[in-house]
Formats: sequence, structure tokens, C-alpha cells
Amino acid sequence: MLNVSDLDVSYGHVRVLKNVNIAVEKGEIVTIIGSNGSGKSTLLRTISGIIRPNSGKIKFGGDTIERVPAEKMVARGMSHVPEGRQLFGALSVLENLQLGAYIRLRSRKESKRQVAEDMQFVFSMFPVLKERENQPAGTLSGGEQQMLAIGRALMSKPKLLLLDEPSMGLAPIIIQKIFATLRELREKGLTLLLVEQDATVALSIADRGYVLQNGEVVMHDTGSNLLNNDEVKAIYFGHRKHAH
Amino acid sequence: MALLPFIVSNNYYIKILIVLGINTIIVLGLNLLMGAAGQVSIGHAAFYGIGAYASAIVTTKYGLSPWFGLAAAVVLGGLVAYAIAMPTLRLKGHYLAMATLGFAEIVHVLFLELRDLTGGTDGLYGLPAITVGGFSFETPLKLYMLVLVFVVLSLVLSLNIVHSRVGRALRAVHGSEIAAASSGVDTAKYKIQVFVLSAVLASIGGSFYAHMAGYVSPESFTLGISITLVTMVVVGGMSNVWGAVIGASTLTVLEEYLKAYDDYNMVIFGGILILAMVFMPQGLVGAGAKLVSVFKRRSVILPDAAGENSAAS
Repeated sequence: MLNVSDLDVSYGHVRVLKNVNIAVEKGEIVTIIGSNGSGKSTLLRTISGIIRPNSGKIKFGGDTIERVPAEKMVARGMSHVPEGRQLFGALSVLENLQLGAYIRLRSRKESKRQVAEDMQFVFSMFPVLKERENQPAGTLSGGEQQMLAIGRALMSKPKLLLLDEPSMGLAPIIIQKIFATLRELREKGLTLLLVEQDATVALSIADRGYVLQNGEVVMHDTGSNLLNNDEVKAIYFGHRKHAH
Repeated sequence: MALLPFIVSNNYYIKILIVLGINTIIVLGLNLLMGAAGQVSIGHAAFYGIGAYASAIVTTKYGLSPWFGLAAAVVLGGLVAYAIAMPTLRLKGHYLAMATLGFAEIVHVLFLELRDLTGGTDGLYGLPAITVGGFSFETPLKLYMLVLVFVVLSLVLSLNIVHSRVGRALRAVHGSEIAAASSGVDTAKYKIQVFVLSAVLASIGGSFYAHMAGYVSPESFTLGISITLVTMVVVGGMSNVWGAVIGASTLTVLEEYLKAYDDYNMVIFGGILILAMVFMPQGLVGAGAKLVSVFKRRSVILPDAAGENSAAS
């Protein structure tokens, strides 16, 4: 479904991504783990069209997309849940969700009823959003904001959902809840590409994972293999030998 | 507002009401740009001036009807705004504010230096009154009615935009450009469109101003005017269309009172801008709404308290 090959991205003179190759198949949950500054978010932003790569190819469902701007990617079936949620804080929960369905409401190909049905689906996934539908998004708790950010992305009816650190700043119990929902979404047929610093929780739901270090893919394996890999454990789970 | 001129029959006051109407039209546009889309322009006096000069040149140099002047104001203001917006609005952050500031200074210099066209420091004189068929809007009262029609049209347009899908998209751009783009909103396109609309409204205001005053000169379109317009938006309340009406009204009247302290005008306006930002970030409209909600809460609490008292006795 998604194929990234030989991707190179620079900010000015700094090469942030070097020769990155990743693939995501339909129905998979794939995660990219790595420490701060490893280039995870940059990779996701390049895929969704916010950043232009220097070189390399990105193919999505057979189309070459590395020059397609972000606002055009939604219509192609890719939706990005950005780092730090990036909600429209002054707008209500309902308006945030409506903006998620922006292109569907614009093209008028789909009826408002279909959009309303999908909103009910989002509410069934995250009932707390229904309770808060008229509240400004900025007044929600961190966990609720993350749910809304995911809900907003779902409103465009994507085939591939890109998530940038959904666990950021959340309590473990909330993280468990959100990741359970992500698994549920996959069972409903959605494909997910998940960028995470919290490697344990990401690998526990992922089919496959890539480890990104200084802009390069240094490891690639199934989620469970990476979860049990000593090197990954040492670097990302904090079980450094000299610490014992 | 329509009845006001019959209460204040003095032409001086009616002229203030016309200026108030003109300011309202301009501030409505600026309110959409700043409040809804979150883009700051500190150069709207330039579009105000472009509208006024377009009208003045078309009517005095070419002897055409003021309606052509108004049309020229709309077209020229819109085109110039588009040309400015294309390169600057594709950038993010505060670049627009800086670009509009520089642009307004350039326009001001052009008003002064293109003497053949603009009359230099003297400006242009002898603008005709606006007429429809045989009917002339020459008296202040009649012109006021015409301006009022445009105020209402601008207000209805603004309210419609804000409460539509486009308005939601604009507010999304304000909230987070990345998230707006990720939701499929063409952020650059909307920023350009709202900028052009606000510039056109400012040009219309300029055209009316020119025909009311009967002359145009560069000193009416300075940085000070741009800042006054921004102050009106902020003091009225950016997050609400009605804030534009209230901000323009309050400060137009205040400005008239302050005419006596001419040199300190800008000091006072700058002071008001700072105080408004600190103490009323939601503007007069926001402060008013807060006051109403406090009163409502009290009226809910009071009967309860009374009930407790009667129960105790």
C-alpha cells in the first residue's frame, strides 16, 4: 500500500533522513521507533506531503506521491494525526470533527448523512467526545485531545492512518486505551503507520517495526522479535546493563 | 444606526457617522483576516488609500462617474492585494505583518511621488458626489444611507462566511496550519482569498471616504491609520464579527474626541491597544459576554440562596 524507497530529506545542510526504505502492506500496523531527533516525525511528515524530500520515491496505492502537497493527500486516502495533536483549540469538538470531513463535505459527492454516520462511529469509539461535543477542543484533557485528533483524522475516511506519537504526555492507562482502539481500527480494515518513542507499547500492537537512528533504518523485524531483541531493549526500554 | 442621523441632525455629526460606517466596512474585512484566519496586516491603510485614489483619479482625471471610481477601487485594491498575497501568504508566521508594513510604506511614498497622477502632497481635489440615475448622494445624510447599505452588506457577508464551511476552514488555518492542511484545507488559497477580500473592503471604504471628503491626500493613509484599524479589530474583539462593528464604532467616536490632543493621538491609541491586549484579550464583545454570564450566574444563585434562607427561618 505504501512504499518508501531511498528517501533523503534535509533541513538546510543537515541531512535528516538518509536512504530510508520502508513498506506498509494493507491491513498492517507498522511502527517506526527511535529516540528524539532520529527523524521519525520528519519521515511521517514527508510521507503525508508536509515536507518535500530531496530525493527518493514514495508510492501510495500505486501512485507516486512525493510531490503531492498535504492538502491533496487526504482525498487520496491518507490521514495524518500530527505530533502534539494540533487541534483547532478555539473550535468545538464537533467543529474539529467536521473539519476532518472537510474534503468530503466540499466535494458534495457524499451526503451529510454519511458524514453524520461516520461521526457516530467516532463517538462510539470515543464516547467521551460525544459528551464534550460543544466544548472548545482546547479545554479537553490530554487523552481526550488525542482521541479527538484521531477522530478528526478518521472523519476523512482514510485507508492509511499516520500517527505521530499518540502516547506523548499521556498516563499509561490512557495510552493503553488509545492503543486498544488503534488495534480495533485495524480489525475494521484500516492500515496504520505509527511513529512512537514509547517502543514497548508501539511494538506490542505492531505487526512489523523499523528502528530509526540518526535518520537511517538500522533494524527491521516483526513487532514481537523487536520487542525481544536485546539491542532494542538496551537502547529503547532503558534496561542498560551498566544501570543494574 | 439608521435612525441616528435623524436624532443628530447636525452635518458634523453625520459626517462622523459616515466615517464610522466606512471604518466598520474596513474593520469587518480586517476582522475576518485577523480574527478568523489569524493573519495580521499592519498595512491596510494602503488599500484604503488605493481605493480612495482610484476613485479620485477616475473621477477627476477622466471625468467618469463615481460608480466607475468605486469599481476601479475594487479591481485595483483586489489585484494589488492578490499580487502582495501570492508571495507572502505562502510563507508562514509573522512574515505577512512585516510584508504589509513595508508595502504600505511603499504605497504611501508612491502617493507622494507620482505627482502627475496623485497630485503629490497636495492630493486631488473636486471629487463629485455619488449619483444613481438623477439622484445624487451629495448631502451627508444621503451619503450616510448609502454607506449604511454597504455596512449591512459587508456585515451579512462576514457573518455568512464565518458560519460556513469556508469560515470553519479559515478558523482551522488560525488554529493549526499543519492540521488544516492535513485535513485537506488548501491553507494558502484561503489565506490569499481572505486577504484579497479584506483589501477590497478597505478599498471600498477608501472610495466612499474620497467622495465624502471631496479630496484625497497622502496624510490620510499613513501607518497611523493602519494601526488604528488594527486597534479597532482588537478592541472590538477578534473572535466575533460583531466585535468589528463595536470596535470601529467605539474608536471612531473616541478618535473624534481625541482630535483636540492631535499630537498625542497615536500615544493614546497605542496605549489602548496594549491595555486591550492585556485586560480584554477577547475585546469588548468578549468582556461584555463575560459580564452577561456573570450576571446570569448570579441570578441563578440568588433564588437558591433565598430559598435556603426561607427554609432556615
